[in-house]
Amino acid sequence: MRPTGEVEAVLVQILFYLFATLLVAGALGVITARNPVYSVLFLVFSFVNSAAIWLLVEAEFLAIVLVLVYVGAVMVLFLFVVMMLDINLAELKRGFTRFAWLGWLTALAVIVEIVGVIWQHGLGGVDVSRGFVSEPANYSNTLELGQVLYTRYAYPFELAAVLLVVAIVAAIALTLRRRPGQKVQDVSRQVAVRADERLRVVKVAAEKRP
Amino acid sequence: MPEPMMNLHVMAAAIPEIYLTAAICVVLLFEAFVGSKRPGATGTLTLLMLVIGAAVTVAFADVPQRMVLFDGNYIADPLAYVLKLAAFLAVAVSLLYSRAYLQSRDILKGEYYVLALSALLGIFVLISANSLLTVYLGVELLALSVYAMVAFDRESGVAAEAAMKYFVLGAIASGMLLYGMSIIYGLTGTLNLDGIAVALSAPHNLGVILGLTFVVVAVAFKMGAVPFHMWLPDVYEGAPTSVTLFIGTAPKIAYFALALRLLTHGLAGVKVDWTAMLTPLAVLTLVIGNTVAIAQSNLKRMLAYSTIANVGFILLGFIAGTASGYTAALYYTLVYILVALGSFGVIILASRKGFEADRLEDYKGLYRRDPLLALAMAMLMFSTAGVPPFVGFWAKLRIFQALWETHHLWLVVIAAATSVVGAFYYLRVVKLMYFDEAPETLPATAGSFGVRLALGLNAAAVFVLGVLPAPLLDLCTRVMH
Repeated sequence: MRPTGEVEAVLVQILFYLFATLLVAGALGVITARNPVYSVLFLVFSFVNSAAIWLLVEAEFLAIVLVLVYVGAVMVLFLFVVMMLDINLAELKRGFTRFAWLGWLTALAVIVEIVGVIWQHGLGGVDVSRGFVSEPANYSNTLELGQVLYTRYAYPFELAAVLLVVAIVAAIALTLRRRPGQKVQDVSRQVAVRADERLRVVKVAAEKRP
Repeated sequence: MPEPMMNLHVMAAAIPEIYLTAAICVVLLFEAFVGSKRPGATGTLTLLMLVIGAAVTVAFADVPQRMVLFDGNYIADPLAYVLKLAAFLAVAVSLLYSRAYLQSRDILKGEYYVLALSALLGIFVLISANSLLTVYLGVELLALSVYAMVAFDRESGVAAEAAMKYFVLGAIASGMLLYGMSIIYGLTGTLNLDGIAVALSAPHNLGVILGLTFVVVAVAFKMGAVPFHMWLPDVYEGAPTSVTLFIGTAPKIAYFALALRLLTHGLAGVKVDWTAMLTPLAVLTLVIGNTVAIAQSNLKRMLAYSTIANVGFILLGFIAGTASGYTAALYYTLVYILVALGSFGVIILASRKGFEADRLEDYKGLYRRDPLLALAMAMLMFSTAGVPPFVGFWAKLRIFQALWETHHLWLVVIAAATSVVGAFYYLRVVKLMYFDEAPETLPATAGSFGVRLALGLNAAAVFVLGVLPAPLLDLCTRVMH
């Protein structure tokens, strides 16, 4: 349902603040949770909430992609990695809390500055009360994205592709080890193997049982 | 939406990036099929690719005036042309110097060269960035390649630690950059730097300053300005020297371009504000960079603090805020890269398998062991200290001139005073090399004839450009106007 009247506009606002609050709470949870597994789950929660906010501004495609790719694939993988790592949490946290106050202090200072600027000067220029322009019901933002992605944004798009190649090269260069004497499977040799390489029939002279 | 114009004539100006992307693929495939059988061949191919790339750039990318391509995402101008050629040269020279070093430490692998080329592509993207989107992609492309290069020596725990620090702090800086960009985008409604410049030339709202703050922090981090410099000494010291050589040179061109495109073009409307932010940063950078360098006993670490001090000078050019100030900053950046290439090259040549010549005492009596290397190092140190007739003197002088013209008298005083402090630790290296007795145990220096010749030419360039400063200065002046 598309919001048309006054009531719906208020409803959208209420939903926005609800999701925004949950998003911020989730983000705080990510950095304050003691257990990394909880942190990842909080991150999933934040992603779902930002997807909801995107839905409110009618960016359905991005919202779905966020849930599918990040929540569905990336974060699940992340969860596996975190669960497989054998991290000694007490060891990790020991040095961390010592400087936590400094972090909080900096964060507080930044927040005060941001609020101060907005408080004194407003957001001018940008009319936040107006909201987004509603598009007709048959409007497809997937189509819209497709139209600009390979034309107007072809250059950044290609660069993003190179970035992914670099990430793959870097990851393989840093983790692939070829140790001599390592026991690995060579699939092509396994497939190409012939029976006589594997099975040797040895003639043994029959002997009488003593 | 207007139909995007994409034809060969328009794309010709973007040949350097297109060529480099293809070169990355070629080198990657070559490494996969041939490289493992012939170690070292990939390095030769990469150097060849860089030479061809520079030739292609000269042939196609020398645009007479400013051209905006790819729907405003890309800019080609004389400045970009010169910076790209300088980046080609810096990367080629640093790869040339580091080859024997990589071989002796068993990290001569094709991926190293692929990552170096992708870092170069990131540098090019930053040099030619004309929108916040391409700026960010350039920063990430460069940073990601460099993080992996720092960690390239997997046997080294120090390198892994350095890479981790660099990666985490770099990620925070990227976050800052994105945060600032999102605020600026939200308030101006455009990602395009031309568009932002237009939007900010009208009376704008003060929220932009908020975004600007984050952008300045990110730029200061990338350049290594105090108090965002903490990563720099650790990374320089921990990384393999060949990587220190790499990250200490070509990326500086990119970060100069980043500051220039973002601050003096896109955010020119809030120049008063970013000048006010950069001034304390520059003063802190000059003072802390030069004083802390004195206390270092590790040459790589000392040169890291020297980098920080030099960044202070480059920032001063931006603070002057005039065309002559930016020209001085450009000139200083190019000169600094020339000197840094040589200084880290000397460290590489003085090192052997299983021995890193990174402590100051390793240079005691270098004059007796290797007079040529000692002479080259002495020239480079004199240049960085700003002693005439070497080129470093002119670079500093130009910065002073630009500041003087804009009546920043007290900045001139601080910069001059800290330069005197800086001269102490540069000249200490010369003293160690020429007047101290060498301990018996130090091994002989390394380097094939070609590499030593290149290093000799590098040091000679520092002298020749110092005696005849006009051509490079004129070039800088021409491309900045």
